Amino acid sequence: MDSSESLWQFMQQQSGKLLQQTVQHIGLTFISLLITVLIGLPLGIYITRHKAAARLVLGIAGVLQTIPSIALLGFMIPLLGIGPLPAITALFLYSLLPVIRNTFAGINGVDPGVKEAAVAMGMTPAQRLFRVDLVLAFPVIMAGIRTATVINVGVGTLAAYIAAGGLGEFIFGGIALNNTNMILAGAIPAALLAIVLDFLLSLLQHTGAARRRVVLTLLPLIIVGLSSFYVLPMRFGSRLLAGFTPEFMGRRDGDIGLQSVYGLHIRTVVISDAVMYKAIYKGKLDVISGYSTDGRLKAYDLVVLDDDKKIFPPYYAAPVIRRDVMQRYPELAPVLNKLAGQINDSVMTALNYRVEYLNQSPEQCAREFLVSRGLYQPARNGSKGIIRLGSKIFPEQYILTDIYASLIRGYTDLQVESKTGLGGTKICFEALVNHQIDCYPEYTGTALLAILHPPALESQQLAGNRDSVYNYVRRHFETIYDLEWLRPIGFNNAYALMMRRAEAQQLGIHTISDLAGYLKTDKR
Amino acid sequence: MIVVKNITKTFGTRKAVDNVSFTVGEGENIVFLGTSGCGKTTLLKMINRLIDPDSGEIWINGHRIVDQRPEDLRKKIGYVFQNTGLFPHYTIEENIATVPRLLGWDKKKMAARVGQLMEKLNLPPDHYRSAYPHELSGGQQQRVGIARALAAYPPVLLMDEPFGALDPITRASVRKDFKELDELRSKTIVLVTHDVQEAFELADRIVLLDKGKIVQQGTPDELLFEPAGDYARNFFEDQRFQLEAGRIGATDYPALIRAFDHFRKRQH
Repeated sequence: MDSSESLWQFMQQQSGKLLQQTVQHIGLTFISLLITVLIGLPLGIYITRHKAAARLVLGIAGVLQTIPSIALLGFMIPLLGIGPLPAITALFLYSLLPVIRNTFAGINGVDPGVKEAAVAMGMTPAQRLFRVDLVLAFPVIMAGIRTATVINVGVGTLAAYIAAGGLGEFIFGGIALNNTNMILAGAIPAALLAIVLDFLLSLLQHTGAARRRVVLTLLPLIIVGLSSFYVLPMRFGSRLLAGFTPEFMGRRDGDIGLQSVYGLHIRTVVISDAVMYKAIYKGKLDVISGYSTDGRLKAYDLVVLDDDKKIFPPYYAAPVIRRDVMQRYPELAPVLNKLAGQINDSVMTALNYRVEYLNQSPEQCAREFLVSRGLYQPARNGSKGIIRLGSKIFPEQYILTDIYASLIRGYTDLQVESKTGLGGTKICFEALVNHQIDCYPEYTGTALLAILHPPALESQQLAGNRDSVYNYVRRHFETIYDLEWLRPIGFNNAYALMMRRAEAQQLGIHTISDLAGYLKTDKR
Repeated sequence: MIVVKNITKTFGTRKAVDNVSFTVGEGENIVFLGTSGCGKTTLLKMINRLIDPDSGEIWINGHRIVDQRPEDLRKKIGYVFQNTGLFPHYTIEENIATVPRLLGWDKKKMAARVGQLMEKLNLPPDHYRSAYPHELSGGQQQRVGIARALAAYPPVLLMDEPFGALDPITRASVRKDFKELDELRSKTIVLVTHDVQEAFELADRIVLLDKGKIVQQGTPDELLFEPAGDYARNFFEDQRFQLEAGRIGATDYPALIRAFDHFRKRQH
C-alpha cells in the first residue's frame, strides 16, 4: 500500500483531516502560548523587581522544562484527566521558562543609563515599564516567545496521546501502522509550522523601535485569534465517548471496520493506550480499543464486547527471527520454541496484571513463570555470541522479552542484549529487517494488517482463522523479508472494544452490535 | 532656592556624602567640583531623589522634597546626563517632549516647544525632528539631552558632567551654545564636573568636594585667590596661570604679567 501510494496522494486523500489537525495544532500551540505569555511575562517582570524571587522562579521553571514531555503529560492525567485541559497545561508549563527568562534578561539588559533617565524624567513605575523597559526589552522577550512557540509546536504533537488532537494523530498513527506516508503527513506540516511561525515571529522580533509599539498592541490580538482555532472535532453527537489509539483509528480491523461492518458511529477522541485504561476507569471515556490480554482489563473491571461480526482477526503472538541468525545459531530456535503453547489468554492476562497493576518487574515475573513451569535454568554465562531481543513499548512485550532472555541464557551459551521499548510495530519491524535486533515477539494479525497489507479480499478469506493467518504471514515473511516465524506462544491478544462492566450491564450491551444498536437510538 | 541641610549618605561602609550643607540661591549657577568618588554625583542625585539620603533634609522653594511624590518632584527638575540617557526608541522630538507629554500638554504646544528648543540648540528641526538618537553625533545627542531637560520650563536644572563625554572641540561648541541660552538666566542650576576650566567658566559659585565633605565653597575668585587650605590650593595649581589669566581678562596685561610672575614663583 505504501509503495503504490505517494505521500502527495495520501495527503490529498486525507486533506480534510490534515487541515483539521493542522488548524487544531495551531490552536493548541497558541492557546497555551497565550497562557504562557499572560503568566510568564508578568512573572518575568515581577522578578526583575524582586531579585530574591528570581532564582526561585527561574529554578522552578527550569526544573519543569527538564521533565520529559511524555512524563509531563503522564503527570497531568491523574490531575486533569484527558483531553485539551491537560495538554494545554503541559504545553504551558513547558514553554514557561523561555518566556520568563527572556523577559527577565531583556528588562535587566536595558541600558541602566536609559532606565535612570526614565526615572529622572519623572515617569511612574508603570510608565517606565510600558514606555521604556518593555519596548527596549522587546527583541529579547520576542526571542523567548519564539522559542516557546517552537517548543509548543513540537511538544504539541504529543497531545495526540491524551486525546487532545493535533498533528500527532497522524504521526503516532503512522508509527503504529507502519505507514510512512501517514507519519510524514503529520511530521512535515508540524515541521513547516514550526519553521513558518519561527520566521514570522522573527520578523516581529526585529521590528524597528518605531513600529514596535504597534506590534506590541497587535501581537496579543493575533495570539488570541489563533488560539480560537482550537476546537476539538466531535464527529458524532453520541452520549457515549470512545477513546481509540492512533493505530486503531487507521486500521481496517479498527475504527474503519467498526464503521463499515457494524455501522458503529460514536463520538471519538484519539488517545494513547498508555492512558486509555485509566481514562475509562475514571469515567472520562465509555468505550476503548484495548487488547484482550491486557492486565488492566482485570484491574479496572472492564468487559470485552463480543466481536459478533468477526472484524478483529486473531493476534497470536510468536517470536519472529531473522533467518541468518537462525542459521548461525541453530540451537536458538528449539530454545525459543520451548515457550510454544505455554501461555494461554488467561495466563498472559494474569502476567500482565502482575506487571501493570501490582507493579512487579517484568524480569521477576518472567523468572517466577519459568520456575513454575519447570523451565528455569540459571544463566550459563556463555560467550558464543550476542542475541539482541527487541520489544514494543508495552508490558506484555517486556515480559515476553525477559522470558526469552532467561531461556536463551539458561539453555545456550549465547548472551542476550535487550532492546525494549521500541515505539511500535514499525520501529520494531524496521529494526529487525535492518539488523539492529535479531528477534522480537510479533502478533499474526498485526503482521498481516500493519506490515503485509494484503488486498481486502484476501484478508477476508483468511478472516478469523488462526492457522490460516499464521501460515499466511509465515509464508510471506519468509519469501519477502527472509524472516522466520517460530511457533505461537499460545495466547491471542486480539483487539477488543471494552466498556466498564457496570455501564455495559446497565445499558444491556454485550456485543459490538449491541453497542452500535444502542448508539443509533441514542443520537442527540 | 535649594537648601541642603546635614546630608549624609553611606554606601556599604564608605561615606559617599558626609554631613554636607549648602544653599543655592534663586537663579544661581552652582558647580560641584571634585575628583571622581568625591560624592558630587551622589549629592546631585539626592536633589531629585534618584538617591535618598540616610539623614538630613533638602528643601526646594520652601518645600521638603520628601513631602512630594517623587515623580511630581522630578517633572519640575530638569536633568542632563553625562551619557545623554536618551531613549533610543524615541525620535528626537519624542525625546525632547518626554516631560511635557507626561504633564499632558497638548500636541501643538509640545511641537512648538520642541521646535523652539531645537532652534536654540542648533539642531535644525526639519532635519532632526524624526531622527533617532543613534543617527546623531555625540555633540548633537548632548544638545538633545539639554533640550529634553529644559522642555517643561523647570525652575531647577541638574547637570551631571554634561559635557564630560565629548571631545574638546565639540565640548567647547556645545558649552558655548549652552551658555548663550536665554532660558538659563532665571534658572537655578546645579552642575557637577571634575573639569576645573568648566567650573570656572560656568559657576557663580563653586563647591569643592573631597571624600564626601565640602572643602571650600565660594566664588571662583575666592577659591582661586583665597584657597581655604592645601587641598584647595593644590587642586588649582596645575592650571592656575590659565585660570588666573581667565579671571583677570586677557587684555589687562600688567595684571597678567603679575599673575604670571606669581605663578612662576610658586613653581620654584
